[in-house]
Amino acid sequence: MKLSIRSLLTSMVAALVVSTTPVRAEDTIKVGVLHSLSGTMAISETTLKDTMLMLIDEQNKKGGLLGKKLEPVVVDPASNWPLFAEKARELLAKDKVAAVFGCWTSVSRKSVLPVFEELNGLLFYPVQYEGEESSKNVFYTGAAPNQQAIPAVDYLMNDLGVKRWVLAGTDYVYPRTTNKILEAYLKAKGVAEADIMINYTPFGHSDWQSIVSDIKKFGSAGKKTAVVSTINGDANVPFYKELGNQGVSAADIPVVAFSVGEEELSGIDTKPLVGHLAAWNYFMSIDDAANAAAIKTWHTFIKNDKRTFNDPMEAHVIGFNMWVKAVEKAGSTDPAAVQKAIIGVETPNLTGGISKMLPNHHITKPVLIGEIQANGQFETVWKTEGLVPGDAWSDFLPDSKIIEADWTEALNCGNYNTVTKKCSGQNYK
Amino acid sequence: MLSALTPGLLWRRLFALCLLLVTQQIAAADAELPLAALQGLDFKAKSAAITAIAESGSPRAVTVLNALLDGRLLMRKADSRMVIVANSDAKPAISDALDGSDLGSEELVNLKKVVINNQLRLVLRGALARLGLANPDRAARLAAVESLAADDAPGTRAALTEALPNEHDEGVRRAMEVVLALGDIADADEAKRLAAVKTVSGSMLGEVRNRLAPLVAKDAEGKPLEPSMDVRVAASAAIREIDDRRAHYELVQTIFFGLSLGFVLVLAATGLAITFGVMGVINMAHGEMMMLGAYTTYVVQQAFPAHIEQSLFIAIPAAFLVAGGVGIVIERGIVRFLYGRPLETLLATFGVSLFLQQVVRSVFSPLNRAVATPEWMSGQLLIGDALALTWNRLYIIVFSALVFVALLALLRFTSLGLHVRAVAQNRAMARAMGVRAGWVDALTFGLGSGVAGLAGVALSQLTNVGPNLGQSYIIDSFMVVVFGGVGNLWGTLVAGLSLGIANKFLEPFAGAVLAKILVLVFIILFIQKWPRGLFPQRGRAAEG
Repeated sequence: MKLSIRSLLTSMVAALVVSTTPVRAEDTIKVGVLHSLSGTMAISETTLKDTMLMLIDEQNKKGGLLGKKLEPVVVDPASNWPLFAEKARELLAKDKVAAVFGCWTSVSRKSVLPVFEELNGLLFYPVQYEGEESSKNVFYTGAAPNQQAIPAVDYLMNDLGVKRWVLAGTDYVYPRTTNKILEAYLKAKGVAEADIMINYTPFGHSDWQSIVSDIKKFGSAGKKTAVVSTINGDANVPFYKELGNQGVSAADIPVVAFSVGEEELSGIDTKPLVGHLAAWNYFMSIDDAANAAAIKTWHTFIKNDKRTFNDPMEAHVIGFNMWVKAVEKAGSTDPAAVQKAIIGVETPNLTGGISKMLPNHHITKPVLIGEIQANGQFETVWKTEGLVPGDAWSDFLPDSKIIEADWTEALNCGNYNTVTKKCSGQNYK
Repeated sequence: MLSALTPGLLWRRLFALCLLLVTQQIAAADAELPLAALQGLDFKAKSAAITAIAESGSPRAVTVLNALLDGRLLMRKADSRMVIVANSDAKPAISDALDGSDLGSEELVNLKKVVINNQLRLVLRGALARLGLANPDRAARLAAVESLAADDAPGTRAALTEALPNEHDEGVRRAMEVVLALGDIADADEAKRLAAVKTVSGSMLGEVRNRLAPLVAKDAEGKPLEPSMDVRVAASAAIREIDDRRAHYELVQTIFFGLSLGFVLVLAATGLAITFGVMGVINMAHGEMMMLGAYTTYVVQQAFPAHIEQSLFIAIPAAFLVAGGVGIVIERGIVRFLYGRPLETLLATFGVSLFLQQVVRSVFSPLNRAVATPEWMSGQLLIGDALALTWNRLYIIVFSALVFVALLALLRFTSLGLHVRAVAQNRAMARAMGVRAGWVDALTFGLGSGVAGLAGVALSQLTNVGPNLGQSYIIDSFMVVVFGGVGNLWGTLVAGLSLGIANKFLEPFAGAVLAKILVLVFIILFIQKWPRGLFPQRGRAAEG
């Protein structure tokens, strides 16, 4: 019996361990990849691990960096927040990686933040998030709220004439902060308290009957209603299914989602969803040469031409290219030198523009609104003119309006209060 | 050249010329449908084109607009001809949009879809509803009238007024009159307003209450906006009636929501009620048995892509066998060595659950899989004029009840059931009577797992099919079994239903998060007072 349990365990461990390409040359530059390959978040993060392996592979084909080969170091934090911190420490202290690309949820980022600041590592974080943070050691290549949520609300308000708002989200930090910003923004635009409905649900919520019925009731008051959804991950599928079953179509009450991308749609029967919206900085359907090339490389690398390419993957492409440029500019992988060199670095994104790393460690991005199509792709129906610079501290919250982040010599602070003229000691809140 | 012009050839040429003229004429007649304007990204032009098509009076208008709404209207890239595809295959059969003639089939890559957005969908639906007023089907006419209630496009009123005298069905006439009266509610003439309010009162159409509301509203100084007393009284009476009926419907709906959640919980927990309740095995891998059932549904649908409508009927026995088989393997392989050591059973089955999740991740990828919902399970059943119950939930309630009854019958009336109960009550005595206890254990565990597999088939219609499916239900399942009383199937039923209904009644007041917490706190307190649950087992069996 002991034997059979042991063999079970070994096969489990075997399944968990991911083989890394063992380039054991004397001189390699190590790049850490910190994405969950098991547990709840594996659904989203495994793809990002593969994206990083692809990017490193491509860079090595081009001759590596500073004459050295890049070597990926992949660890599995298993969707376990404290384990993220441990694995980050392992990458920085033991493997001595030059930079880390990783994390998905905000809570995992908050968990590794002290480690990166203590050991002065570099983290490239590729997912849209709630803002209100700017660390010396983190580069936020995903969207800040002003690069996703605010433009989406503008679109609904101006182009669709939406007057009543449902802010529906999963109960954790990203939806709560985003909704706080959106609520302040809507009120500033003259929307009455009675025309805003806020609803939070637990992670993985699967019984949406009464909430959808409430939304229906809220939307039947004669004013155009829209749902702004920060519902996370898995809970979206039963939510959309229930909307379809209760006969709420996108033409009546459109749902604009901030966490539903091509990857998530590949697990849904999209017929009842056609016409619902998503706001991102990238869509796989974008007609652009760089995008087509990236998708082709991805399909060759993953050996499956059905796989989707999504927004956080694009963020990793931009982040990785920025890091490469900064290392070349600095002539070294030393974190302090790269931190200095990377500000102002420009690199093409996959939607036909040039993204730039800003002094607040966020980047410039276009904002796109897409309608879900029956084939699981998005059709762009609106986009911003030019690129929007990421704003770390929201201008719509009274407390953070007065905070500024600037990591150039001028300020060198991620949390600078313009009223008291003080840099609060910590780099994060 | 001229010498080659024999009489026969001349005739043929003349004939061809005539044919050309005739076809051109047909094309000219069809060109009234401005299909070309639908191409491109100018949505204003598209909207105008849709209205023009709707008002053209062409017999093809409804077909073309429906195809556009469903995304089946495409342009053949080779000759810019507008075609309608029959299905979403890679090489669908196509027909001409203008005359409906069969054009064979074409690769999807050679076709370009006509893109529409939400505004256009609204315009399309309005146009189709106006056209639908002439539909011979009564239900379609009624739906068309009702969807026109909130449509203030200029043609709507005229279309309704025109259709009203030709309408013979009483219900449809009444709906038409209500929708027409809605337009008069804001009329300047008091008598007209009063008549309109009288006409619409009693109708449960969603738009009615919205239009009545301004009649009873007051301005900032508390003075009523509506000058006429009679209109105000009539309007407030009508609103009160609507609100009363809505409250009544809402109560029924909440009970239905509660029952459907309850039956999902019961379905998820019955399997556990057998493995945990009857056998006393703390089976942490129970959720993964549901996951296997859901994946079996996915595999069945992949194997028979042409039979999505019937796939669930194959999936039900398949899921039972797959999950039951895995259950027997787990029992024979692991659990039977650990009887009487609950802590070790818990840890071992927890390990099995992690193992199964990772196996699924490796085999099917960590991404969720799309399980299609058959047509007969989508949509909702309309009862009266405001109560809507979703079909998928109704079917799951029925399915869950059937599984429960079947299980009860199996335990009560079959020899396997007798043996299971005998072994659960007194293992030593049962063995002394010649019952092969080990074999019964394996079958019981397999039965519990198989029922969990059935729950998985149902869950595949409600939620994600992914490696984490089981985890989200395991806690709830244990909660139901413990609350109901370990070892009692009726307890599981009552516990599941009452938790479901309690949850749904709390949700509107407390929100989904707090409702869940309140239910948990209640169960903790309940277990403190009655540790054996709602229906505790009595007698000597309870001691073991």
